[in-house]
Parts: sequence; structure tokens; C-alpha cells
Amino acid sequence: MSKTAETPLLELDDLKTHFRTERGLVRAVDGVTISLKRGESLGVVGESGSGKTVLSRSIMGLLPSSSVNHGSVKFAGREILGLSAKQMRHLWGAEMSMVFQNPLNSLNPLMKIGKQITEPLQLHLGMSKATANETAVQLLRDVRIPEAEQRLNQYPHELSGGMRQRVMIAIALACGPTLLFADEPTTALDVTVQAQILDLIGEQRRERNMSVILVTHDLGVVAGHTDQIAVMYGGKLVEYAPTKTLFANMLMPYTKSLMRSIPKLVDPSHSRLATIPGRPPDLVNPPPGCNFAPRCLYAQPKCHVEEPPLVEANDPSHKYACWYPVGTPEFEKRDAELQATGYRADDVMAVS
Amino acid sequence: MSTTTDGIVETSGVDDETIKANAEGAAEKRTLGIGFWIAVIWLGIVFFAAAFAPWLPFKDPDANYIQRGERPPYPPSMTHPFGTDQDARDILARTAFGGRVSLTVGLVAIAMGMFFGGLMGILAGYFRGWWDRIFSFIFIILLSFPSLVLAILITSLLERSLRTISLTLGILTIAPVGRVARATTISFTEREFVLAARTLGAKNGRIIIRELLPNVVIPMSALALLGMGVAVVAEAGLAFLGLSVEKGPTWGKVILTGAGSRDLQKYPWIAIIPIVVLFFTVLALNFAGDRIRSYFDAKETAL
Repeated sequence: MSKTAETPLLELDDLKTHFRTERGLVRAVDGVTISLKRGESLGVVGESGSGKTVLSRSIMGLLPSSSVNHGSVKFAGREILGLSAKQMRHLWGAEMSMVFQNPLNSLNPLMKIGKQITEPLQLHLGMSKATANETAVQLLRDVRIPEAEQRLNQYPHELSGGMRQRVMIAIALACGPTLLFADEPTTALDVTVQAQILDLIGEQRRERNMSVILVTHDLGVVAGHTDQIAVMYGGKLVEYAPTKTLFANMLMPYTKSLMRSIPKLVDPSHSRLATIPGRPPDLVNPPPGCNFAPRCLYAQPKCHVEEPPLVEANDPSHKYACWYPVGTPEFEKRDAELQATGYRADDVMAVS
Repeated sequence: MSTTTDGIVETSGVDDETIKANAEGAAEKRTLGIGFWIAVIWLGIVFFAAAFAPWLPFKDPDANYIQRGERPPYPPSMTHPFGTDQDARDILARTAFGGRVSLTVGLVAIAMGMFFGGLMGILAGYFRGWWDRIFSFIFIILLSFPSLVLAILITSLLERSLRTISLTLGILTIAPVGRVARATTISFTEREFVLAARTLGAKNGRIIIRELLPNVVIPMSALALLGMGVAVVAEAGLAFLGLSVEKGPTWGKVILTGAGSRDLQKYPWIAIIPIVVLFFTVLALNFAGDRIRSYFDAKETAL
């Protein structure tokens, strides 16, 4: 099985998703090229407004009619970009499914848990009610829900947030999809429950040889749970590498800043949390050069004028888009200056 | 409980407790209050009396029970618990039979509003675009047309039958119910479970019927009870203008017989007793509707 997965399950080639609005064309996703093998997991990381959610919805074909797509999305070798909802319906649920951010909102409050799990089973797999019920109990056990039989007759409000997210995962897994999107699956949950949910997704991925795309703003979340990471900024891919390579050697200052803005246990108490000053770029009128340049502490004049292409690092699997990545003399010189001023991001912005 | 990993066992224990706590909290919230049940009992009596009036031991609502040597109207007594009007007709019987017409008008009106308004509102809220533009335009026209003028227009042009009056008031309830249905549909369509249903391959029809309709019906039905009260009052208003159902008593017509200023001073029971019945019925409808709405609101926020 693992050796047959030579053709990637999902192949994005220069995917662009633009929205027509009154203000102009919003370039929410602007030329993303990614490939994902079966059984692998990919973390898509970025701030809010970086296009990460739009990316996953573009792949699933869940965007409003005001959107325009370019490029190509191949699923198991077949072009699926631009398929109608009617054609996509065969893929939804059965081949690809989604776990949403807020488990409070993603279950129908008036339908029993059992009904919500068995409906897609009956719909896609043509199961009888009895078989679907048995499968539902098994699915709830798979996602580690105690007393699975009783849960079938309960309503969503009778379960805790973590339990509801487990139910959501069970529903998403019901028809045995080969690709699972998890859009900020743990953001609405307690920190202690977060790790369990992520472990559960990882465990199911290995068990079912399923690919997972984990969309999040938190580099910490993807660290232990993905094979590859794609960092997005302003609708573009700015760094794309296998997880280990990325954490060992971050090249893009943006990735580095994201990493710095995670609070660490070893920090002394009351130490100032590093933030990224400014706001994500306006996607209608993006800055002329690098999208990140206006907020980048290491930006040089060239960054404001010319857009950096996505290039390969020494390791060809590691791609980045930056003129002066971490490690170049320009970066190091600037970093030394910043160290001297005490790394006060706000002050640096005020001066420049 | 199976021991899978430490974390799992721990959470499941916590969850059991949370579930119990939730159940207890819900049990507390789930009482509709004694006022609701009083309202329901009152509505039950009124609806029962109206529905079975011909088979219950009421007097004939159109007969004149003239007592020898005394001029009608007669005040409440053992033979006529609610008294009689100027033509010596039994007010209790007239109120019961009048309720048949008034409540039918209210029910038909609101059923029409629920069906057409609900259908238009859900389609407008779910599909948006042209559906929304067309239906919202219809709602605006219906709302901006003075309702009394529309009612007078229809009832004075067509025969004043039970059907005409019910349909007239039904048309007037379409827009308010439709707007609530549209707004509720929009807010639920944006909830992720609708998107989740779609990502699992559900078609539009299925999403509307299985996912949206049950959620939209609750606020709509609370509004329906309030709207029924309004329709009952509107019928009484039309009766005052002499535009209600021609044959037989209605609440509006019974009140009208005693509504002259001289009658109100000298024989107040003729108008006051049916007014009280009307008042408590509309109050009960409003109260029950309101309680149902807040009952389901509480359940919603408990999420």
C-alpha cells in the first residue's frame, strides 16, 4: 500500500483563488503549489487572513460563486478544480471530509448524535439502518468516546466541547475518506483536550492510511503532528518544507517571527511576548515587493520593490520566498543590530 | 471503563460528571413555569368550548330568551351565567359559538402565514440571490400596504364569508412570519453544521428539510402563537367596522352589540364579558408563545 502511493493523492499547481468584491479583486490564495502523498499529513500555518482556510475550501470546492479559480487541483490524479457541486458531491464525505473549528456550531443542535453519524453512512455507502448503527458505535469507540451506545441517543448539548469534537471527527471519518481537512480543529478547545484531539487525528491517519491537512495559526500544533509544513502569508506560500527540516532551519523571517511569538515555558515570568507588528497585508492592493516586507524587521530596500520567488534551499525539499533569508550576511548583520537594541519590535517599527 | 491512555480515562470521568451536571441544570431550566400551564389550561377550555359548542349543553345562540314582564337585556343569573344582550340572546352561548369563528380565523390565518411565509423565508434565506430579492420584495410590499385598508378592500369587494376573512388575515401574516423565517435561516445557514452536512454530500433539499427546517420552526412557532392573538384581535376590529363574517356570532360582533356608550354604562356585562374572554385568550396565546420562545432560547444558550 505504502509503495503504490507514488502518485500524490493531492497535487496543487499554482492554485489561485480570487474573490470579486466591490473594492476589487481579493487575492485570497495566490499561486500555491503543494503535493501530498497518501498517508502524509500537511500543516498549513499562517495568521488569520493569510488564506489558509480559503485554500482548504478551494480544494474542497466549497467557495461562494463570487470566487474565481485558476491553476489546477488534482485529486488522485484527476482534475477536480471547477467541478460542479453535483460532481463534487461524490467526493464529499466519501473521499474527502472536513473537521471544523467550532464543535459547538458544527453539529445540528436538534438532531441526535446517532442520526448525524448514520445519515452519511446510509447516504454514501447505502447501509441499512441496523448496520449503520453498528458502524456508528464502532466509530464512536474509535474516537475514544466512552459508553458509545448511549451517546447515539444524546443530543449535542449533552456532550462537552471535546466530546463534540470527537463526534465531529467520527462523522468526518464515517465514510472512510482518503483526505481529511482539519480547519483549526483545536482552537475552540481546552489546552489539555487539544493534545488529545491532535493525537486522535494522527492515530486515525496512521490506522486508515489517510492524508490529513491540518490548518492552524499555531506552529506548536503542527510540530508533532505533520510530515510537511506550508507557511502562508498574504495568500502566498512563503516557506514549504518537511517538518523536521523546517524546525531545524527556518529560512523565512516570517516563520521565525511566528515561532518567536509562541510563549515558552523557559521564559522568565513577566517577560515580554514577541509579537509581529502591523497587520496582514491588504489583499486587494498588495505591497509591490514582498508581502511581508512592511512588517519585516529584516527588510532591505530590495524587499519593498521586488517580489521574491519561491526558491529551493540547499535541501531541494525546502522551499522559501525571501531575498535575505535567515543565515545570509544581510540578515545576520541586521539581527546583530536588533539584538543590540533589545529586540523591541514596536520600537524598531517606530524608528523605521 | 477501558484503560487506553491516562489522559483518556481522566477526561471520560470528567465528562460523565459534566453530563450529569448538565442534565441537572437542564432539568431546572426545563420547567415552563406555572403561568404557562395556566395559559394552556385556559386555551384548552376556550378551544374545547369553541370546537364542541354545538354538542355541549349551551343555549341556542340565536334564540331570544324573553322573560315575561321584564325587558332585556338581563344581567348574569342562574339561567344565563353571562347574562343576555338586548335581544335576550344568551351571551355565554354566543361567546362559545363566536369563538368558533374567531379562533378558526386565527388558526387559518397563522397556518397560511407559517406555510407560505415560512416557505418563502427559508428559500430566500438559504439560496439568497434572486430568490431573496424576489421574496424580500414581496414581504416589503405586504408590510408597507396598510393592513386595515387591505382588509377593508378585500372584505368589501368579496362576500364576507369565513373563508374570505381567514384568507385576508392569512395574507397579512405572511410577511412577518416570512421575515423571521428568512432571518433565522440565514443565521443557521452560516452555522458550520450546514456546511458540515454539505461536505458530507447532502443535497440542498436534504439540508433544508433535515438541518434547517427543525431549527427554523421553533422561533416561527413562537411567533405563530403571538400572530394568532393578533389575528383574533384583527377579526374583532373588522367586526367593529361591520366587515366580519356575516352569518352567526363572532367575538367581535358579540362585543359590538354591547359597545354603545349607553349600553356600556347601563348593561356593561354585554360587552365586558366577551372582552374579558378575548383578552385572556390573546394574553394566554402571547404568554404561551413567549414562554416557548424563551424555553428554547435557554436550551440554545446552554450549548
